[in-house]
Amino acid sequence: MSHSEAAHDHHVDPSLPTEYSTEDGSLRIFGFWVFLGAEIVLFSCLFATYLVLHPMTAGGPTSKELYEVKGFAIETFLLLTSSFTCGLGTFEMRKGNAKGLIGWLIVTFLLGMGFVGMEISEFVKYVNVEHATMQTSAFLSAFFTLVGTHGAHVSLGICWMISIIIQVARRGITPMTARKAFIVGLYWHFLDVVWIFIFTVVYLTGKVL
Amino acid sequence: MTAKQHAGEHHSPLKHIVGYVLSLVLTVIAFWIALSLHMKDWMTLTIILVLAVFQLLVQLLMFMHLNEADSQVTVVLQKVAIFFGIFIAICVAGGSIWIMAFKSIVA
Repeated sequence: MSHSEAAHDHHVDPSLPTEYSTEDGSLRIFGFWVFLGAEIVLFSCLFATYLVLHPMTAGGPTSKELYEVKGFAIETFLLLTSSFTCGLGTFEMRKGNAKGLIGWLIVTFLLGMGFVGMEISEFVKYVNVEHATMQTSAFLSAFFTLVGTHGAHVSLGICWMISIIIQVARRGITPMTARKAFIVGLYWHFLDVVWIFIFTVVYLTGKVL
Repeated sequence: MTAKQHAGEHHSPLKHIVGYVLSLVLTVIAFWIALSLHMKDWMTLTIILVLAVFQLLVQLLMFMHLNEADSQVTVVLQKVAIFFGIFIAICVAGGSIWIMAFKSIVA
C-alpha cells in the first residue's frame, strides 16, 4: 500500500457505517456499482440472444416440453432466500456483530450451493434423459449460455463469499473487511436480480409460449 | 439519503423481512398467473414482466441500499450507473425482439 493510500485509510469517519467510513472504501463500493451496470448490459445481450432464438428448436425439444416447474420453483426459492439471508448479514455487520455476519454468510453460500447443485442436476437431466444438449438447437445453445453464465456467476460468488468469511473470522469487522463483505453482498443480490428475470423471461415465459 | 442518515434506522431487520415477504409474494403471484390462469399470452407475459420489475426494485432498494452512500453525490452517480445499464438492457433486449418481429412480417 502506498503512503497516500495509507493516509486515506487512517481517516475514519465514525458517523458512517464501517464500510463507508474511509474514502477508499466508499470509492471501491461506488466502483462496484459501475461494474454492476456493466454486468446488466452483459446479461441483456444474453437475454436478447435467447429471446430471438427461443422459437428455433430445429426438431429438438421446445421450452414447453423441457422445463420442469418443480425444479425451477425450488431454485427460485433457494436464491430468493439466500438474498434475504445475505441482507441480514449486512444488517448484523452494521451492528458490529462479526459472528452474526459470518453466520448469515455461511447460510447464504450453503443456499447458493443448493441452487448450483439443483441447476447442475437439471442440466445433466436435460442432456442425458431429454437429449437436449447445447448442440441440439439454437434455442438450447442460447438457453445453456444464458442460464450457465448465471450459474457460473453464482459459483464464483460462493468461492468469493467463503474467502470473505475467512477474512472476517481472522480480522473481525474493520473498514476493509466491512467494505469487502458489503461488496460481495451487492454481488449476491445482483445475481438474485438476474435470476428474477431468468425465471420470468426464460422459465415462466417458456411454459406459456 | 446518505448512509449516515440510515445508520440510526438499523435497530431491527424489519426492512429486510418486508423485502423478503414482498419478493416471495410477487414470485408466487407470477407463478400462479403464468401456470394456473390461462389468460391471453400477451396479458400473462406483460403481468409477469411487471411483477419482475417490482421484484427488481425490492432488491435494489431494500437489500442493496441503492439510496445510500457516503455522500449525496455518490448516491446520484451510482443510480446513474445502474439506470444507464438498465436503459441499455431495454434497448438491446427490446430492440432485438422488435426488429426480429419486423423481419418475420416481411420474410
